[in-house]
Amino acid sequence: MKKSESDEIKDVILESGIKVKPVYGPEDIKDLDFDREIGQPGDYPFTRGIHPLMYRKRPWTMRQYSGFGTAKETNERFKWLLEQGQTALNVAFDLPTQLGLDSDDPFAEEEVGRVGMAVDTLQDMEEAFDGIPMDRISASLTINPVASVMLAMYLVVAEKQGISWDQVRGTTQNDILKEYIGRGTWIFPVEPSIRLIGDMVEFCSKNVPRFNPFSVCGYHIRESGANPVQEMAYAFEIAIAYIQEVLKRGLSIDDFAARIAFNFDIHGNMWEQIAKFRAGRRLWAKIIKERFKAKNPRSMTLRMIAGGGGGGLTIQQPENNIVRGAYYALISALSGTQTMALCSYDEAYTIPSKKAALISLRTMQILADEMGLKDTVDPLGGSYYIEWLTNEMEKAIKECMEKVEELRGMVQVIESGYIQREISRQAYLYEKKIQSGEIAKIGVNKYMMEEEMAEVEIHPFNPRVIEAQRRKLEEIKARRDEKKVREALFGLKKAARTHENVMPHVLKSVRSYATLGEITNVFKEVFGEFKEPVNL
Amino acid sequence: MAEKRIRVLLAKPGLDGHDRGAKVVALALKDAGMEVIYTGLHKTIDEIVNTALQEDVDVIGLSIYSGAHVPLSQKLMNRLKEKDLTDKMVLVGGNIPRRDIKTLIDYGVTGVFPVGARLEDIINFIKEKVKAYNEKIRI
Repeated sequence: MKKSESDEIKDVILESGIKVKPVYGPEDIKDLDFDREIGQPGDYPFTRGIHPLMYRKRPWTMRQYSGFGTAKETNERFKWLLEQGQTALNVAFDLPTQLGLDSDDPFAEEEVGRVGMAVDTLQDMEEAFDGIPMDRISASLTINPVASVMLAMYLVVAEKQGISWDQVRGTTQNDILKEYIGRGTWIFPVEPSIRLIGDMVEFCSKNVPRFNPFSVCGYHIRESGANPVQEMAYAFEIAIAYIQEVLKRGLSIDDFAARIAFNFDIHGNMWEQIAKFRAGRRLWAKIIKERFKAKNPRSMTLRMIAGGGGGGLTIQQPENNIVRGAYYALISALSGTQTMALCSYDEAYTIPSKKAALISLRTMQILADEMGLKDTVDPLGGSYYIEWLTNEMEKAIKECMEKVEELRGMVQVIESGYIQREISRQAYLYEKKIQSGEIAKIGVNKYMMEEEMAEVEIHPFNPRVIEAQRRKLEEIKARRDEKKVREALFGLKKAARTHENVMPHVLKSVRSYATLGEITNVFKEVFGEFKEPVNL
Repeated sequence: MAEKRIRVLLAKPGLDGHDRGAKVVALALKDAGMEVIYTGLHKTIDEIVNTALQEDVDVIGLSIYSGAHVPLSQKLMNRLKEKDLTDKMVLVGGNIPRRDIKTLIDYGVTGVFPVGARLEDIINFIKEKVKAYNEKIRI
């Protein structure tokens, strides 16, 4: 290359801090041991994918986030999405439900049925899944501190449909540690919150073996401002904290590791994301095998939902988000995801409208059926650049994990507020780079247009939901057997105070039509509430 | 005498847990020389008003991403009127659709900064309005 040419090119440094050359060749991966570091899809260390045939055998699961208003309205939307070819459900709950408040709680007033469906008692869950075969259609429940209650409701509804628990499939998000970092639906202090997750894992491993009791979300950590390396590293450290909790109870790693699920983010540099997922699969397999001594290869597989990246979408020129969503879906498919959920183009405003949800679903269907994404596994494997970058990402994720472990692990850095502060500062630096144009964002700092605040058709809020929920609560309370409710809640309180697994008592409470708020209040009385470390 | 530093309360009312925006704005205002008090998540309107009173702030900034910005802002403005705290400048940020901006201004909100607003615009807006207000009370 002539000197004048090399002077012209600018450095490319990825968000994770890795410097990228203009060209890669065999010398960049000359030390790469193919059998040990890459191997065949479906084989350790699963760099190329967790199944031998991947999408050739079964395309990714399509699971758009949906739910709003009452359970009845949500049930109609679920059925409509399934009719349109969606293959699983991803349930949105409103904020009062996510925070364990009943719809008649004064603090819930502005939020009932707004960003998801309102659930107060078992009856709401019965209505939400009415006519949906729960042994064939799996649901992912986006619920965290009160995941135990939603799991119990889900299981009782399945039972009423005549489906035995060993056939029930689904996921509770149930990743409380990331809630303290980003997303913010926490209730109880850290320690008892992790104990509840342990109770659920223990209960599911014995009774609901096809259910994923938690899904660790790098997603929200990245949305809060972390870079892709931190996203993966922090998610792994969180998963390790849960694993340690479960191992304390005498379960072996192979009793439950195959049911650990992950939820990751996609936005930013395409190659960095693809390498992140390939590196993540490899590193996770090594951690589970080498550190936790798993024997079952299935325990070592990083199973994930990925596709969305709300942080990459813009409120300006919102239709551009349709295009971004399609690229994120492409990245997700090239990365070997198991499940895809795209952020719809109106994500920057609200929960998806019917039209926006349909465009997201069709985006995935077009990719799967028209573009050849199902034809062959890990089509980018072997690319000099991708393999080099996969190595670099793995090294960086490992280093980032070591830093957290030097600070005594994820629980410690969350309780002190250290990690929240680090991520906020990074979000601020990122925002400054967006505002200065150092990081290009189309419609935001490049190719802006006068009509950039164009209105999109957004999901309308129904203010009558709160009255309907309150009425339903009154009716249920008048009808139910109060003695049964009190007994169940008393048993729950006793279990919460000791080391007894709370799940049988949560189930009993739910069956008695105790409300979500009543059950949560028992936990609040015993566990107390989280005190947020507010330090900027 | 050096001018008194502008005091800003950044608040997260209600149940919404999206705090990236509030924290980014807090850091930007601090860098611009203001005193910033951040409430943390899940605050009631009464808690926010009490903090604003105790901390004697010039500005209250609400950050809302759940779509509940209209009822929550209305509640805050009513409470401020009841407590005779109408001298506090109120700003609202978050994912606010354009059609709602006028509604918020009609309630008495001074400025609305939806997602994508420039940090320097927020800083300059606060500085100018506080300065104008202080000049007005001096006369």
